[in-house]
Amino acid sequence: MLTTLMYRILLAVPTMLGVAVICFLLVQIAPGDPLVSVMPPDASEALRHTLMQAYGFDKPLPVQFMHWLWRALQGDLGMSVATGRPVISEVMTAVTYSLRLALLATLIGFVLGSLFGFVAGYFRNSIIDRIASVLSVFGVSVPHYWLGMLLVIVFCVKLSVLPATGGGPIGGDGWQWSWEYLQFMVLPAFTLSVIPTGIIARTVRSQVAEILSQEFIVGLRARGLNESRIFLHVVKNAAPTALAVMGLQVGYLMGGSILVETVFSWPGTGLLLNTAIFQRDLPLLQGTIWVLALFFVLLNLLVDVLQTALDPRIKRS
Amino acid sequence: MQPFENVDIGGPAQPLLRVSKLVKHFHTGARKGKDVVQAVDGVSFDVIKGETLGVVGESGCGKSTTARLLMQLLTQDSGELVFDGQEVGSSRLPMKEYRRQVQMVFQDSYASLNPRMTMEESIAFGQRVHGISQKEARDYARYLLAHVGLEPGRFAHRYPHALSGGQRQRVNIARALAMKPRLVILDEAVSALDKSVEAQVLQLLLELKRTLNLTYVFISHDLHVVRWLSDRILVMYLGEVVEIGPAEALFTDAQHPYTKALLSSMPSMDPDNRTLSSPLSGDPPSPIAPPSGCRFHTRCPHAKAACAQIKPQLKTVGQGHQSACLMAQGDPAWHQTRMEVSHVA
Amino acid sequence: MVDTVTPKMMTATATQPAVEGYWRGVFARLLRDPTGMLVGSIILLLLALALFGPWLIVKDPYQTSMFLRLKPIGTDGFLLGSDELGRDMLSRLILGTRLSLFMGIVPVVFAFFIGGAIGIIAGYAGGKTNTLIMRTIDIFYAFPSVLLAIALSGAMGAGVGNALLSLTLVFVPQVARIAESVTAQVRHMDYIDAARATGASAFTIIRVQVLGNVLGPIFVFSTGLISVCMILASGLSFLGLGVRPPEPEWGLMLNTLRTAIYTQPWVAALPGMMIFITSISFNILADRLRAAMAIKE
Repeated sequence: MLTTLMYRILLAVPTMLGVAVICFLLVQIAPGDPLVSVMPPDASEALRHTLMQAYGFDKPLPVQFMHWLWRALQGDLGMSVATGRPVISEVMTAVTYSLRLALLATLIGFVLGSLFGFVAGYFRNSIIDRIASVLSVFGVSVPHYWLGMLLVIVFCVKLSVLPATGGGPIGGDGWQWSWEYLQFMVLPAFTLSVIPTGIIARTVRSQVAEILSQEFIVGLRARGLNESRIFLHVVKNAAPTALAVMGLQVGYLMGGSILVETVFSWPGTGLLLNTAIFQRDLPLLQGTIWVLALFFVLLNLLVDVLQTALDPRIKRS
Repeated sequence: MQPFENVDIGGPAQPLLRVSKLVKHFHTGARKGKDVVQAVDGVSFDVIKGETLGVVGESGCGKSTTARLLMQLLTQDSGELVFDGQEVGSSRLPMKEYRRQVQMVFQDSYASLNPRMTMEESIAFGQRVHGISQKEARDYARYLLAHVGLEPGRFAHRYPHALSGGQRQRVNIARALAMKPRLVILDEAVSALDKSVEAQVLQLLLELKRTLNLTYVFISHDLHVVRWLSDRILVMYLGEVVEIGPAEALFTDAQHPYTKALLSSMPSMDPDNRTLSSPLSGDPPSPIAPPSGCRFHTRCPHAKAACAQIKPQLKTVGQGHQSACLMAQGDPAWHQTRMEVSHVA
Repeated sequence: MVDTVTPKMMTATATQPAVEGYWRGVFARLLRDPTGMLVGSIILLLLALALFGPWLIVKDPYQTSMFLRLKPIGTDGFLLGSDELGRDMLSRLILGTRLSLFMGIVPVVFAFFIGGAIGIIAGYAGGKTNTLIMRTIDIFYAFPSVLLAIALSGAMGAGVGNALLSLTLVFVPQVARIAESVTAQVRHMDYIDAARATGASAFTIIRVQVLGNVLGPIFVFSTGLISVCMILASGLSFLGLGVRPPEPEWGLMLNTLRTAIYTQPWVAALPGMMIFITSISFNILADRLRAAMAIKE
């Protein structure tokens, strides 16, 4: 089994390399002169030439890639053009915010989704199942950024119970786990949780339905095993898949939180991306995407490894 | 109606198909060189024009792999095929033309037919590939359907799921004949059918062979049927040919212990002459690590020390009858050894 | 970002047996399905709006007016209110159907053809070719869809063309995966061996024997992607990366109306409602389509 694990981990390396290539190429496909952002408009040819050499833009692409990768692996993602600060520090601060949001949203999604899914699976084809199905369809069809706006309308504009935007009260310094700060997280987390709820609900439902329909359940019931024991059994068997999906969702939400973060001005990686795009801050854009993609790949790998290690029955293609 | 011309190049003396030292190994598991399945390991034989050559052996002996190699659906690792004196795949006999002259009927009648094509379309496909016009191909397809006993008006536009197993197999046969092949390989073609249907299809096969001047290679595990249908029989064990000879000679005077064992394990039709216990003990060894020397020696009641050391070659032991057994060949290495090798039960 | 259909569900349909007039049967079953018909009608209505939009609107969707900004729903002359530049919401919503539907469907159509072709080739070829193609696809899978779309759009810049390109690139890997999986299954069937035994070229076999068996599942999977694409496409416009003002498009409208939620909240929410209705209709339609194709385990 150790060999399978090693094999899995090893397989992730070319993927990460491919991800690195794409991140690197992103900047290349951006239109315009990469030096425009660092050069005054009336710069002379000589200055331009010097800058080109300094940044290494005159070298062939593969060489530039190697340089970039080497620096990136050491944590040097360049300087943000807009703020002048190192990209890595900007990204890392934002990552903590996004991570908090993603974790909370996934947790909510897991709880609600499991609940719906469980109920739907247990009472297959009943009215409860239909309702739960409808709700999970809602979950994946709703444009979550719109939902965010609706929640803001209800809770902020109309009811004024929660703040509409921001990552904390104005003038605050860093994050604290107090209600003063947490209230800013409520709406974005709930908005974001809509997606994992839908997916987890669907997964759990099909898992539960499948387990319950297995013949040995009938056998267990026939032998007089009471319902609560069967319930526990179902939970035990549905849990691994549900947990795996949950783990993957954290990754998705980290990478896909930009829309919600934009609505709520939550200072996470999503908002950072937004800023980077509109200020044409290519190093920041590239650095953020690299970190997020890497995070996603590593998280997938972790979930994969844990699944393989914990459940001997899983056959992975 | 059809432009396909079959020219008998070498005359009756030349084998229709000469198979020489075919080898096909499969790599399974982590590709470290271990776990190589030696599915077909040096198989050689001839197929005589106009005969029915039966091929028998246990599961895993390599019959199906050999069939696929003959059809070139798999490419061999080494070894060659010569069809009527011409090397298959050479400039004189390009692969496409070879494929026209050799066709196959598969075991699973349902899986062999494209669920989204009508019977007519399935049969006509091969002809279309070889340049026949749509109309002509379909006309001939309908003609073939009638020829195999399925009324074209009723069956031409049906889909596979609407036919019974026997009917589907007839369609498969019709399809195999669509390009006027000279050699038809039947890989367990009747094994999945009910007995009564099987009988009808076998009759059909005989009839077609006669009227269309075909040569058959008939692979089966059903020894009764093989005996009834075949002129000669080839016996395979663990990827090798162990015996080949005229059908009756093989059945009455088998020259290889494995063949003898196979034959005696056949359920007897005669209540006075019942088959008692199976003379073959245990499961066949894995084709990944076949026994040394003669591959059968681990289960052979006549095995001696020499059998584990020397690999027997196919040698003539009678009229048109060959065996790969040291004992049958009268090999001194076997005869001189006193000690019996204890074999794995 | 969200996969509405898992590959596991789709492989069960790979060897779907054919019925005479198979698609006719599917269509007939759909016609009898009340939910399917409901969402189908909604979608047809939306398509009609998209096609005939320009002729249906009475007010000029580009006409701005500083005096008539942010009028509520039901205002005289502005049935659904007016936006932050005084333009009529109703006509902008109707006209916006064009671009929004376009951005939501076209990338999926492209992905169907491109991803389908890639997947079918990989699935049929097998071996090293397959590994090479699918590992490359896997690299794109390493990005969450939203991130990839934004990364590509962000790098290339705003604009409909760029957005279409980046969205297509997001969905091609997904379709390719399904196509490869389904084709690989078909590839191992005996009837493909029989076809190879006739001496037919790989291209002919794919065209005549394989396509008929794999297009169904790939198509159904793709229809399921439309709802996701709609949300993603509008999302890109919401971020300012897709359609450029003053063109009406629902996502873009949500963007420009964002600050209006404090003054005229329900008007601001309208475009999102349209996105939602469209997305959920496509989602349910894809679902009913799958049911009509009688997916069996």
